[in-house]
Amino acid sequence: MPGSTPASATLKRGAPAAEGPPSEGPRLATGWRWWVRRFVRNRVAPIGLVIIAASMLIAVVAPVVVPHDIRRMNPQDALVAPGGKYLFGTDEFGRDVFSRVLMGSRVSLIVAVLSVTAALGLGTTLGLMAGFYGGWWDGVSMRAMDIIFAFPAILLAIAIMAVLGTSLLNLVIAIGIVYTPQFARVARAAALSVRSLEFVDAARALGLGNLRIIHRHVIPNVLAPIIVQVSLSLSLAILSESALSFLGLGTQPPTPSWGNMLSEGRQFLELAPWNAVFPGIAIMLVVLGFNLLGDGLRDLLDPRLR
Amino acid sequence: MQRYLAARLLAFVPVLLGILAVVFLLIRLIPGDAVQLFLGTQVEMTPQQMAELRRFFGVDKPIYAQFIDYLGRILRGDFGVSLRTSRPVLPDILQRLPLSFQLASFALIIATVLAIPLGIASAVRRNSAFDVAARIGGLLGLSIPNFWLGAMLILVFSRYLHVSLGQYVPVTQNPLGTLQSLYLPAVALGAAIAAILMRYVRSSLLEVLGQEYIRTARGKGLQGTVVMLRHALPNALIPVITVLGFQMGYLLGGTVIIEEIFALPGMGRLVLQAIFQRDYPVVQGVVLVIALLFVMTNLVVDLLYAWVDPRIRYA
Repeated sequence: MPGSTPASATLKRGAPAAEGPPSEGPRLATGWRWWVRRFVRNRVAPIGLVIIAASMLIAVVAPVVVPHDIRRMNPQDALVAPGGKYLFGTDEFGRDVFSRVLMGSRVSLIVAVLSVTAALGLGTTLGLMAGFYGGWWDGVSMRAMDIIFAFPAILLAIAIMAVLGTSLLNLVIAIGIVYTPQFARVARAAALSVRSLEFVDAARALGLGNLRIIHRHVIPNVLAPIIVQVSLSLSLAILSESALSFLGLGTQPPTPSWGNMLSEGRQFLELAPWNAVFPGIAIMLVVLGFNLLGDGLRDLLDPRLR
Repeated sequence: MQRYLAARLLAFVPVLLGILAVVFLLIRLIPGDAVQLFLGTQVEMTPQQMAELRRFFGVDKPIYAQFIDYLGRILRGDFGVSLRTSRPVLPDILQRLPLSFQLASFALIIATVLAIPLGIASAVRRNSAFDVAARIGGLLGLSIPNFWLGAMLILVFSRYLHVSLGQYVPVTQNPLGTLQSLYLPAVALGAAIAAILMRYVRSSLLEVLGQEYIRTARGKGLQGTVVMLRHALPNALIPVITVLGFQMGYLLGGTVIIEEIFALPGMGRLVLQAIFQRDYPVVQGVVLVIALLFVMTNLVVDLLYAWVDPRIRYA
């Protein structure tokens, strides 16, 4: 029951994502050059960013640049080993694995970005309101988040997909719901820590309304932990999408996604391992990219580690 | 401690009710009602017969009354009847529970045994080549999908090392056989947890090593190992307990995927099979049992945590 632990423990638990937002968020808006220099010197974050940018670029241009038609079946060339005409070999229908891996990036990234956007919007709003206003709303919304947290993430996503049926939208809904509580927690913790600071009192004394205080004073201060959370959630969302597709509950063939390619490739694991190897490497690389970026950003934005 | 215990148990009740409500409502999201699900599409019935069946199943009542009925049945251990086999759901789940629980625990043990020494070594030799390698390893471990790792382990072990993976043997028959059939799945499942734990142990220990009482301990002339064992490690490892409990959720959920890859007859395979057969009472039952297992592990972990760290229970 993660939610009802004392605050000190709550900050400490969970995936590395939840190691705790800085109590005093740094200002993001000042000195862009300073930040860029720090970002580049961080070494870890830029590598992550390059990997992510490259995979996004691939996702965008894939339909134009793939060497082979991903749908055309070619029985004479079934299960051809990598090399020569087919860089990553072919699958049991003679389809080019390289082209399918490139095209597979589209579903993975679209689902991840949309579901994390949904989780970010919903979770941050709930969390900011809970932290800032407190009271019954805090109690109700955070208990609801506790209940989502009481289900193992992938199991809840599986259950939602089983009930809603497989479609791109349902994938986004399922993954989005699962990752909403993280954002709510991070936003709430940050809003709570800001709420009682003097500058918020000062703003209130000046007669600013709640919404304006949230907009001008609370949001800039919760930005840092939220940005880190976005990056780490994207890595988890990609893993979830591929796991659901692997189980047959996500993206359905013939649309290629790394998860369902792995699932099909598994049937010929010994005969044609490249069918399972390459989609897995693709998932790992992109997830690694988001983890590197998230880790690097946390080091950059967390003043305690400076 | 007693007050803390009472407060935690009391806070447990709404979460339990919430879990039950989610599992109960899950099935209501499916188009069509319970009677139609039960009958399938093959049976033709008059509206009158349908109404009678609805009354028989109690689904003609308002939803809150149905929920109260559901709570009553769950408390009596009645998890419903499978739509495919017509057998009660709970015994089938309980029969498959040990495998999944053993797999998750085994994975947790492997992860802990790997992660704690590596994390400590990494923190002690901060920024050494070893530390850098361990951190890269940690990031890779976080990024490898467990199902892919499982498939790769099968590939390497069966194709190149010619090791047969063997069938699952219940622990009551042959504990060694159980270990033999579960070690690869447990490695595939535990790798990500090992990575998370290692990173956590490392950063927790680094934080503690920077504290002033560590400098005091060193300053009064204590040896490095004594400082480490008496002052640093106990304080650094206590928060790790909480992480362990939380990761039980990943492990229990992950069994669904790992059991599928390694063809292990646990709860995970049961629920997947049930999903594809639209056998919703079984899906409901397994989801409920896994969620209950997860929250109970977390409760135990929280109590353990409060027991070893007085700051928590007096907070």
